[in-house]
Amino acid sequence: MSSLRILVPVKRVIDYAVKPRVNSSQTAIQTAGVKHSMNPFDELSIEESVRIREKKRYVHGVDEIVAWTCGPTKSLDVLRTAMAMGADRGVHVEVQEGQEVEPLGIAKLLKQVVDRENINLILLGKQSIDSDASQTGPMLAGLLGWSQATQASKITFEADGKGVLVEKEVDGGTETVRGTLPMIVTTDLRLNEPRYASLPNIMKAKKKKVEKLAVGETGVELSGRLKMKKVVEPPPRQGGGKVEDVDGMIAKLKELGAI
Amino acid sequence: MISRSGTSVVRHVRTQLRIKSGSSASQPALARLLSSLAVLEQKGGKLNNGSLGAVTAAKKLGGSVTAFVAGGNIIEVAEAASKVSGIEKVVSVDNAAYEKQLPENYAPLLVENIKKGGYTHIIMGHTAFGKSLMPRVAALLDVQQISDITGIENEHTFVRPIYAGNAIATVESSDNIKIITIRGTAFAPAEAEGGSASIEDGSDPKADSTTEWVSENLAKSDRPDLATAGKIVSGGRGLKSKEEFDGIMLPLADALGAAVGASRAAVDSGYADNSLQVGQTGKVVAPQLYLCAGISGAIQHLAGMKDSKVIAAINKDADAPIFQVADVGLVGDLFDKVPELTEKLGKQ
Repeated sequence: MSSLRILVPVKRVIDYAVKPRVNSSQTAIQTAGVKHSMNPFDELSIEESVRIREKKRYVHGVDEIVAWTCGPTKSLDVLRTAMAMGADRGVHVEVQEGQEVEPLGIAKLLKQVVDRENINLILLGKQSIDSDASQTGPMLAGLLGWSQATQASKITFEADGKGVLVEKEVDGGTETVRGTLPMIVTTDLRLNEPRYASLPNIMKAKKKKVEKLAVGETGVELSGRLKMKKVVEPPPRQGGGKVEDVDGMIAKLKELGAI
Repeated sequence: MISRSGTSVVRHVRTQLRIKSGSSASQPALARLLSSLAVLEQKGGKLNNGSLGAVTAAKKLGGSVTAFVAGGNIIEVAEAASKVSGIEKVVSVDNAAYEKQLPENYAPLLVENIKKGGYTHIIMGHTAFGKSLMPRVAALLDVQQISDITGIENEHTFVRPIYAGNAIATVESSDNIKIITIRGTAFAPAEAEGGSASIEDGSDPKADSTTEWVSENLAKSDRPDLATAGKIVSGGRGLKSKEEFDGIMLPLADALGAAVGASRAAVDSGYADNSLQVGQTGKVVAPQLYLCAGISGAIQHLAGMKDSKVIAAINKDADAPIFQVADVGLVGDLFDKVPELTEKLGKQ
């Protein structure tokens, strides 16, 4: 068996703490001038990959950690962050600002990378916090015909170098499955606590290699299947005001028919 | 300007004409062409009634509704499904290999039955299993899935929340087969009684799974299930410890007959089990009453509960964002107010 070659796809999204605003033409979310950062679930993927290497959790070691992203020029930032956290190099498939590639397209692009880079473990976030689709990981697993484990809260490698035990968050608790390499795992929030990139590592990351590709160079045909017809703000909730005490609360809840 | 409004008038007239000429003839034909497959979940020979929201969504689309079930000793589940109101046919596959709902063999199984049945819409809950299975199925069929929908405009057009529910997107799919997961709180489960569907064996490709199920660790509770509960009490970081969480929130839940939820902060701090997390990355709930204490109301948490009928909040910070969405807000120390509330509710 060979060592691990880990692929970690990352996505640049509007920062999780920012409240998104719908643009005036109701066609999309305003992104210009809004703080962006790495999708939080992708930080967990990078962290886990680096820990697998640092803690020597896999018997044959880790050969390489490749961070990958598809997005506009600015997405280079999240690749740099991934490399500052410990990824060895980056691959950037560049698309135009504002072009959103659907999960199926991303999965197809990733399949090409996997084939080319001889990858045997892919760690993805369970969802991106902008489109909230939760699709890319299982789609890629389907295209590759690989084992998959979604919403991982713990990843353990068996001594034989093949078996991978993954504890998954499921409705009502957790479930453990045993997959075999090559494998796809999507990360849940409980998996780990991502590190902050230190300044020296941020400086070092600037020297790490990033391969830039245009979609045309990947040989993947991207055809959008979903047309965004409209984006609107959800109907606002009216805070019903406050009550003075517990009796007031009970009375109001009764009035509203909630108890 | 003139020419633009001119075209829109023409388009408008055309639409009107199409509706007029087509309303009697083409609508039923359309309904005949449309056929949905609702993928139902089961566990240990019991149909998961929560998964019947898929049937409701399928009924909304119009056209025929077929249900799909698979697992070991599936006959009881298939019979239960056949009684569900609105289902014409149940396709069941009896094979213990599907019992643990592993996407590696369940996806090829579903794909084969989708191809055989010629369904136009495949619908399933946006549950842990739905999230792991349906994208795999979609990729095998070369389809872009539509996740977690909350509304159906027509057979091609669906409504779904994005950005943690801070925006609502309407999307139109150009795929021939629509692979859809639904938000459970937006589609109430179909009636479990009143139907009389035929049961038919599906085809079984007997694909191998490259993963195997090892074990599970499910939180046991006598309280109502969080995802479907009519009332939920939920605690946050303000509870300060697991002991306080259990000592303060659980009696309140019992006084109300409510399920227990928690914020991510409470879960991360170990006050409550992961499976109780409400929010963008946890469960999305929409009960009649969501009563929370010690929760500030971060957007990720609001994403999971802001469609609740009535929101009540107890928090000592009068400026907490939760009060902007709460129908009933009480500013005060939860360590005083919640026990008082529990006691007074208990007396009623």
